[in-house]
Formats: sequence, C-alpha cells, structure tokens
Amino acid sequence: MNNDVLIPQIGIVTDIRTDTPDVKTFRVNAPKGGKCFEHMPGQCAMLSMPGVGEAMFSITSSPTNREFMEFSIKRCGGFTEWLHQIEVGQAVTIRGPYGHAFPVDTALKGRDLLFIAGGIGLAPLRSVIDYCLARRSDYGKIDIVYGSRSADDLVDIDEIRNVWMNAENVDVHLTIDRPQEGWEGHVGFVPAYVKELNFDTDKTALLCGPPIMIKFTLASLQEMGYDKTQVYTTMELRMKCGVGKCGRCNIGSKYVCKDGPVFRCDQLDELPNEY
Amino acid sequence: MSKMYKISKERLDELYAAVSAVKSLYLPVRSGENQSEFKKWSDQSDVCLDSLNTVKSAKELFFPQSENLISFKVSGKDIELVEDRDPSEPFVLFGVRACDAKSFSILDSVFLSDPVDTFYKSRRENGTVVTLACRAPEETCFCGTFGIDASDPAGGDVKTWLTDTELYWEAVSEKGEELTKLLTGILSEADADADTKAVDDLKKNTKEILARLPLADLKLDYFSGDRLNEKLNDVFYAPQWQELYKSCLGCGTCTFVCPTCQCYDIRDFDTGHGIKRFRCWDSCMYSDFTKMAHGNPRTSQLERFRQRFMHKLVYYPANNGGEYSCVGCGRCLAKCPVSMNIVKVIKAFGGEKA
Amino acid sequence: MQRINDDVLNKCRDLIENGTCDRVLAWEEGEFCYDVTPAVFTGDTLGKMIYDDFCAANQSKYLIDESHKEGRIAALLKPCDTYSFNQLLKENRIKRENVYVLGVPCDGKIDAEKARGLGIKGILGAEIDGDTVAFETIYGKKTCSKKDVLHEKCLSCKGKKHMIFDELTDPEKEPETAVPENGTSRFDGVSKLENMTAEERFRFWRGELSRCIRCNACRNVCPACSCRQCVFDNPASGVSSKANTNDFEENLYHIIRAFHVAGRCTDCGECTRVCPENIPLHLLNRKFIKDINELYGEYQAGYDTALDAPLTSYTKQDAEPGIVHERGVR
Repeated sequence: MNNDVLIPQIGIVTDIRTDTPDVKTFRVNAPKGGKCFEHMPGQCAMLSMPGVGEAMFSITSSPTNREFMEFSIKRCGGFTEWLHQIEVGQAVTIRGPYGHAFPVDTALKGRDLLFIAGGIGLAPLRSVIDYCLARRSDYGKIDIVYGSRSADDLVDIDEIRNVWMNAENVDVHLTIDRPQEGWEGHVGFVPAYVKELNFDTDKTALLCGPPIMIKFTLASLQEMGYDKTQVYTTMELRMKCGVGKCGRCNIGSKYVCKDGPVFRCDQLDELPNEY
Repeated sequence: MSKMYKISKERLDELYAAVSAVKSLYLPVRSGENQSEFKKWSDQSDVCLDSLNTVKSAKELFFPQSENLISFKVSGKDIELVEDRDPSEPFVLFGVRACDAKSFSILDSVFLSDPVDTFYKSRRENGTVVTLACRAPEETCFCGTFGIDASDPAGGDVKTWLTDTELYWEAVSEKGEELTKLLTGILSEADADADTKAVDDLKKNTKEILARLPLADLKLDYFSGDRLNEKLNDVFYAPQWQELYKSCLGCGTCTFVCPTCQCYDIRDFDTGHGIKRFRCWDSCMYSDFTKMAHGNPRTSQLERFRQRFMHKLVYYPANNGGEYSCVGCGRCLAKCPVSMNIVKVIKAFGGEKA
Repeated sequence: MQRINDDVLNKCRDLIENGTCDRVLAWEEGEFCYDVTPAVFTGDTLGKMIYDDFCAANQSKYLIDESHKEGRIAALLKPCDTYSFNQLLKENRIKRENVYVLGVPCDGKIDAEKARGLGIKGILGAEIDGDTVAFETIYGKKTCSKKDVLHEKCLSCKGKKHMIFDELTDPEKEPETAVPENGTSRFDGVSKLENMTAEERFRFWRGELSRCIRCNACRNVCPACSCRQCVFDNPASGVSSKANTNDFEENLYHIIRAFHVAGRCTDCGECTRVCPENIPLHLLNRKFIKDINELYGEYQAGYDTALDAPLTSYTKQDAEPGIVHERGVR
C-alpha cells in the first residue's frame, strides 16, 4: 500500500454519544484497537466515508487520552448528515493529524487561561482543556466561558458538570442565548457575558465559535484591555488535502490546514478578511 | 559544458523511434485545428515542433488532469483500501519550451515540499525533460519578465535547438547524459566551430526578437517588498479589482491551460464495483471552490478572480522567496474567452516600464 | 487604427447626455488588436470604448445581470447578438425596460487564432481594407483574405438584420430581411455528419470531444445556459464533476448540454469561439436546429419573441417518438 499523505487509514467508530439535537460525539479507534495516530490539542483530522464525502474535523479528545480519539460533529449537510445516521462498528477512513496545535507546551504553559467557546466551537477547545486538566500543575487558573443557543445545545454537558466544574482551580461560566424553563444559569450572548465577568487581563484567551461570535468576543476582550497577542483562535475553511497543496483554504498567503488552524489573533490582522 | 550532439531535421523520426524504443516519448502533436498537445509518440504522430504553446501545458505529464489515488471496497460497515495508483513508468518529455520547463520548479515547490506528494514525485523522477529553445516567440510571450531565457531553456535534462536543418542536443544533467548515451547511434557529435556558431546565432537571433516583444518591458515591481507581507492587504483591497473582474465568465480556461496553476480537488466516484478516489485539477474561478456546508468565504466572482491573481503574484511569492507563480507563457492571453489575463492585471497595477 | 466609428461613439455619448441611459455595454481595448474585452462604460470612460472587427463576443448574456441593476444600459448588439437577446427576453431573463438596444452593423469578426493557423505569428495590429486584412506582426507585415480569418460563427452568419433594436447606428446598412451570408448553408457541416455511418460519426465525435478539458467556457459563455446553478456544478445533483471520471463523461457533458439548449439555442456560435481546444461544438447544437426544422417546420430561436417554441408547445401534428428510431438508422 502506498503511503502518500492523501491515502487514509481505516478507523472504527466504537462509540456514539448524542450530545445535543444536532451534535454527536464519535469515538474512533484503529481496527486493532488504540488510536489511529497521535496528535496535539487543536490539530485536525480528515474523516471520510468513501462515496459520501471527506471533511476536516478538529480532534475533540485530548492527546492525554491513550485509548481513543473523539470528534464532536454538528450535523450540517453532506458527510455530517451521513455520520449522524451511522451505528457503532461502522468503519470510516481517517488521515492526519493536520495543522498547528495550540501552544500548550510553550506560550500557554504557566499561564492563567481563559477559554471562550460558542456552540460546537467547544469541540477544538475541549482537547486543550482536557490536556490542561491532565497536567494541571503546568497551568494557572482556568476559566471557561461556554455559551450556546439553549441549554439543550450545550455539548457534552455531563463532562462539564462532573469533571470540569469539580476540577481544581477551574471556574466554568455557562450561558444560553434566551431564557429557558429549568435553566437557572446566566442568560445572554457570550461577548457580553465575557465583559460582564470582567476577567483580569493577565490571562491568555483561547477563542472558538461561529465567526460572528469570534468577532464580537474579540472586540469585548480588546475593550477589557486584552491585546490580540493574548488571544488564540482556530479557523475552519474548506479543505481537500490537509497539507497546504490543494489551494483552497488560504487566507492570504497562509493555509488554514498547514499554517493554522490555530492562529494568534494578531497574525490574522496582516491577512485579508476573507474567512 | 557537456558535449553537443546533432541530428538532421529529416531524421527526427529516427530519433523519436529510438527514444520510444527505450522509454515512452511525449511531445507536441497536432490536436484539433491549428493546435497541439503533448501526446505519446507513435509512428503515426503528426509532430509539430514549430508550435510554441501546446493548449494544455507540459505540467500534465507530472500532474495529470485526473488521477486515481486509491479505491475502496465497502461492504456492510466495513471498508477495505485497495491500491489503485496509476502506474508511473520512465518517460521522456520532448520539446518543452523554456516557460513550461520553468513551471516544473514552481510546481516542485508545492508538491515536493514536506509532506512530499508521492504521486507527483514518482512522475518527476521517471521523467527526463528535453527542452527546445524558442526561435519565433509570439506577441503574447513575456517569459523575460520572470527571468526566463527562451533561447537557452533551463530546468530540463537536455537542451535542444532546432535550426532549419539540424536539431542540436546538449545534455545538462545526469539523466540527460543517460538518455544521450542511449542515442549514440542516432546522434552525431557536433562540430566545435560551425555547429557552435549555428546555435549561438539561433540564440542571438531569438534574444533580439525577445527584446522587442510588445510585453518585453512588463515589470512586476508593484508586487514585491512589503506588499508580499505586512502590506499584503494594500494589494488585496486595491480598487483595481472592482473593475478587473467584471467581464470574467467564471470558467476555468485560464486555470486549466496555465502551467503553474496547481489547485486540485479530491473526489470519489462510484464505479458500481467500488469507490474510486481521484484527484483532479480544480479552479479557484469556480463558484464551488471554497463552498462549505455552512457557508462560502468567496461568494462573488470578484473574490474568486482576485484570489487567482493574488495567489500568483502575492501569496505564492510570499511563501517562495519572491518567485512568482507565472512563467509568461501567454496561454491565458491567447485563450481567455473574453481576453482577460494576468498581463492586464499586472498593468492595472502599473506594470509598465519604470 | 481607429477602433470605433465616430457615429457610434457620438450616439452613445448622446444617449448618456440626454439621460436615456447611464452606461454603455461595449468593448475595451487590449494589448494587441484582437484581445478586446466586453466592458461597461459611463460618461467618464466612454473615451475608452471601442467597437471594430475584433469585437466578436456575444454581449447579450451580460445583460441578464446588467438589466437587473439600477438605471438603463445601452448595449451595442450585433445582428447575431439580437437573436440571443430576444431569446433571453422570451425566457424572462432580461428586464427589457432597462436596456436600450443600439444595433451596430457587423462585417464579420476576425479570429486571431485562425490567423495564427495561417502562419501569421506575432500579431500586433491589423488594418482591414474590404476583404483584405493586413496584419502588423513582430515578423513584418502579413496580409490575408478576411474570409480566411473569420470566426466560424461569421462564416455561417444568419444575416445582417437586427431582430430587435431601439435604434440602429447605421440604418442605411440594415437589410430588409435576414439573408444568410457567404452563400453556403450553415447546415452543410451537419449534413456531412449525417451522411457518415454511425461508426464514423461516433469516431468523429470521440476525436473531438475527447479533447475537452472541462473548463466550462462553452457553458459559461452560452446565453442559453443561464441557470443560476448548473446541474453540473451542484454537488447534490450526483452528476457534478470537474474531471471525467470515465472516458465518456466529457462526451455526455456536451451531449446533455446540447439537449438542454435545444430549441433555445440561437446558433450564436459562442461555444465554438471560446473553446480552448477548438472543438466544433456548434455542430451539436446545429444538428438539433436542423432536426427541429425538419420535424416541426422552420424555426429560428430568437427570431421573434411571440412565436411558439416547437419543443415547448404541443400540436397534434408533432412527430411521434418512433421517428427517433427511423431517423437513427441509416
């Protein structure tokens, strides 16, 4: 078998968890068990079903998980539609890992971290959060702001409540867009909530969510006194190769698949606003 | 300098046959009315060495328009990978002009950089490139803008020059020497004086024509320095794009005839007996190029048109030491249905002589 | 070389100055004589407008978008363009009230590629004097007969009469009726194909269509291909493709396209003009036109917007499906 980067390997979906009405989390193992490959938090993988489609997803699980990889995937047409109707035991193809990870072992080390996620935007950050929790002493205070449309749309709320909320020196701040019966937490959009929470500026922020949420949250952070060099985000554009050659995921001279998907926000300033 | 050989023009068929006996030979062959394409030689081939540009460029021999990557057998929940790579065999690519020969190094920067594209690499390794110097450049030629010398093509394994009577042959790489060795019975040693002079005269004459081509003064000064990096947005948001794109039909002609365009798509095809995954040329001019399930960052032809030229004149040089992703072959000038092309873009940004 | 007739330019200037129109669809000069580009001009830029024997593009398709913008645009339409314009009106693709059709005369348009085929290389400029074209080239002056370098679509011209206009720039030149030029029937090429055996014909088309590089230029330029999203670009259609997944796919692409434009194709010849591989695509469309003429009576798409189109209207005299089989075996 040739070993070109475009040639995938087989992965087996060994568990499927329904997180929200339109998000499922898929556990993937190599056919002989274990992981298909190692990765770092923020990196992505190409999943595919031959004849259906191939697409890039961020790896939701932390590399500190030695047994499997997980992908939280929102149903939004095409290949994701197919994924949402499969059963455990289904084979898929997988290749990767692709792109640059969050600088968990360099710039983020020893820092107070502020994670801000909207909706399915939690998926790439979950990998980082779990990595940091597994190496808790390497990082300072951790704040997690997570918002979604409704309480039902919060991805993997069980882990958030049972693990993150009970972790040492971690504060979780949940919010939903509109009031809802049975919800006693905060109501309101993420950008406004971040300002309300009035974090001190001696933190590094990691931001992921829909483009509009990123835009306004970044503005909130800047108003609070954050510099763009303190904020990391992760991007998503259409990709085919995953290795900076097929030519479609560029923002200016940078390829999201190869130079990203993680960018420090000041790096995006020099690039055209074409994303 | 390696030894020069020659063969008379009338005996070129013998040369083709001799090469063909050892390796597949691809060269410009008549194809359609007044056109040529690189095709595999047979004794029936209507070879046309006088054609300057083939319709599709020579890149197709290394990066074919469509190629199989792998196949899959799907049964129930299982998937089986089936090796289905198109085989690559040693071949000789003859009659490559200086512009196309230069394009290979531009493609190399993409496909041979880490991680290496093994499909491309195996063809590059298997290919021996025999270039052919130009004698009669067209008005659409502007290879000089990119420092390419059409009278003395670089980037191949053998250089050749065709006069009215002789083809002169000079190996310039190990691969070229090997090919030359295989042809010892066909090629004869060139005369040190008379033949060297014939080649020098041809070069001199070509250079003289190149110097007075209408696009000889085309300059890319605007697309350099800060504009490739921190001031890249000055180019991206320049008002010129608002006008330049307007007549663009959004077809892929410019892309597909271009020797340096290398964007590709990966698709699956259900043969009825399994799924073939293939890679094919794609065009950033197409509306679905960046389309995702939940949106598209380039919804207008302005954005798509801009992307193509920004890639060639700004993004590629930004990532490759200032080298442009254009070789001045002039195919887009000749082939765009509405005569929009890279020269008009360069000129809109002040690309005339200083 | 003067690249626009003063009367045409003045007419356009008048139309803008008197408020009839706010812009003009014409051509912009290129680097050489032949590489002209369709462009829209306003009062400020009219000086750059040209119209001469190299302005071959059919402008009608641009009017789909242009007529849906604010204001009114004057469009320089050649006689053949007016067929497409009419057809697009019939299909409700153009807002008539937003277009002022300025009928410009046409003496046939020159194809630089044909000149190259005659060995005329390095074309810089050209002077046209009646039937003679004198090219100025890098390699000196070269002359040839104009009819030897005309676009295919001009060699099979349907006539010099405009099918629709608001005004003609040269009313004296306008003929009473549309009379095909050049004396030959434009269906000669089709007849030749019909006289081949099925096997010869198959070989002919395989030879031609196998050169297709799927650039979509023929479709994108075609005024009859005005779907907002083509089935071949729609990933949900199951037939979208950028490459030929098997060696017959590009054949089918063209055959399906010909079927789709059948009865609506005015034979403007743009498909053949733009094909980078010089595939004579017009022959496919023209075969349909010839068949329609033979089966349903003479019909020319774009001749008159009021006429019923034979393929979209039913009459009791319509040919029965069995005719396909009868005509197919020769």
